[in-house]
Amino acid sequence: MSELLQNRSLQRNPWAPRTLFSTTMSGVVMLCALLALVPLIAVLGYVLVNGLSRFDLSLLTQVQPAPRELGGGVGNAIQGTLYTVGIAIALAVPFGVVGGGSLSEFVRDTRAARWIGFATNVLSGVPSIVVGAFMYGAVVATTKRYSAVAGGLALAVLMLPVIVRTATEALELVPSEIRQASVGLGSTKFQTVSRVVLPAALPGILTGVMLSVARATGETAPVIFTVLGWHTWIGSVWDQTNTLSLLVYKFATSPFDNQKSLAWSASLLLVLFVFALNVIARLVVRRRA
Amino acid sequence: MTAQLKSPAQMTNTVLQAENLNIYYGKFHAVRDVTLAVPKNAITAFIGPSGCGKSTVLRCFNRLNDLIKSFSLRGQVFYHGQDLYAPEVDPVEVRRRIGMVFQKPNPFPKSIYDNIAFGPRLVGYKGNMNQLVEQSLRGAALWDEVKDKLKESGTALSGGQQQRLCIARTIAMQPDVILMDEPCSALDPISTLKVEDLLQELKEQFTIIIVTHNMQQASRASDYTAFFNVEATPQGRVGHVVEYDRTEMIFQNPKEQATQAYVSGRFG
Ligand SMILES: Nc1ncnc2c1ncn2[C@@H]1O[C@H](COP(=O)(O)OP(=O)(O)O)[C@@H](O)[C@H]1O
Ligand SMILES: [Mg+2]
Repeated sequence: MSELLQNRSLQRNPWAPRTLFSTTMSGVVMLCALLALVPLIAVLGYVLVNGLSRFDLSLLTQVQPAPRELGGGVGNAIQGTLYTVGIAIALAVPFGVVGGGSLSEFVRDTRAARWIGFATNVLSGVPSIVVGAFMYGAVVATTKRYSAVAGGLALAVLMLPVIVRTATEALELVPSEIRQASVGLGSTKFQTVSRVVLPAALPGILTGVMLSVARATGETAPVIFTVLGWHTWIGSVWDQTNTLSLLVYKFATSPFDNQKSLAWSASLLLVLFVFALNVIARLVVRRRA
Repeated sequence: MTAQLKSPAQMTNTVLQAENLNIYYGKFHAVRDVTLAVPKNAITAFIGPSGCGKSTVLRCFNRLNDLIKSFSLRGQVFYHGQDLYAPEVDPVEVRRRIGMVFQKPNPFPKSIYDNIAFGPRLVGYKGNMNQLVEQSLRGAALWDEVKDKLKESGTALSGGQQQRLCIARTIAMQPDVILMDEPCSALDPISTLKVEDLLQELKEQFTIIIVTHNMQQASRASDYTAFFNVEATPQGRVGHVVEYDRTEMIFQNPKEQATQAYVSGRFG
């Protein structure tokens, strides 16, 4: 044995300074992690406790109650949410995926790509209320009506940069080896992208889409200007309507207990929806690995 | 002998012919004055120290270098007498006839079946796909190992199996030529032997060019060998072909001092 180590024991000394430091730091880190969980658990618990009392079938199937009315549900707000978010998905997903695809596959490392990337980042930083105000001027004022379409356009603008960025990143992660394999077999550029690169990047793209949908579903500011709110079912996407987020905003501050408790149940619905999308996004990513 | 191999007229059935090929990456002159003819239904090996341009030349034969922006070339490459770099030639069509197996196995993250069917589907193959998949997997000596799990992902196979899957995927296109860039360098010795055995069967149907680091592999498996070397010039290190001949000549009776030194392992 070397002389240097001769007199040292193999046993751990719990009072050695570095061991003490390590133990203390582990404790501090655990504490911070717990503290970070507190707001999440508090919000979930609070919404759950207050929202469960009205969490039943009529919540989904009935129209929202008028101020002094009893009973009712949030069915019309669910319908409005589905319409607005559906329109936003239909607009933002194709444009976002094609945009991200062309950034990563066709114009990568060009001046145009850098500018588009920069513009996307700026767009993702624009406050949602500004997007709402813009859509008010551009759509509501010109069509002379609030509508699910106007709301869907505003939400699409908010979703677009998120989808473009996650799609670009997911596509760039596809290894160059399998691109070369595809080209080596005689694929055209388009065949390589559509048959190899896109399918390989699909889980990543889907994750981005789901997270952006979750985000858009809860957005309130941009729909205030564009959807405004409505008390019952609608027949067309061009009608003024309500969304869950708008309903929560209005009912939570209402003086009527019936509306207040529905606001909690609607919040619970939103939280569950976001939670479900996040879980699905995780499962999709895990299936890939 | 060397002179004969450079000239297509004196060689029966030349498939590929490089004529004064000079290859550049930007200003960097990577390979100079390569002239060699690749015979049909034979295995031609490219050997030489790393960085001497073996992959670079190989990738010129199916225009895979087109993907590299800085790449440019002077000289000509003929495929059955046709200039591969003529403006009217479609590189996509070239690659369908001249397939490539890469150094690192690179199956698609798809099922084994879809990996094989990928190429034929590109060209809208109308025949019996199941049969073509089986035949290609048999051709790559992989059928018995995977016949019960064609729906499983190709990336879940072992490294050696993945490489044979890549070979099967290439032969499913029924190409004319198969280029292989150190196909065994990432494989264990047993898988390497399997691939070498396979090469002997494949050459009945295909013309094969294989880049290899492994001297025994070249001497065991190939019919012709080109020895590449790299030379320091004021402009940088330029690769070139020192000697090209029948494999037994290169290994037993090389003309050049440098070849002798390299194949006998005395390489400085
Ligand atoms: N894409 C590239 N861009 C620039 N230089 C390259 C590129 N690929 C290879 N080279 C250079 O060309 C020379 C030959 O490389 P390569 O053909 O890969 O050699 P080998 O396959 O014999 O090891 C090397 O000096 C290498 O650095
Ligand atoms: Mg190489």
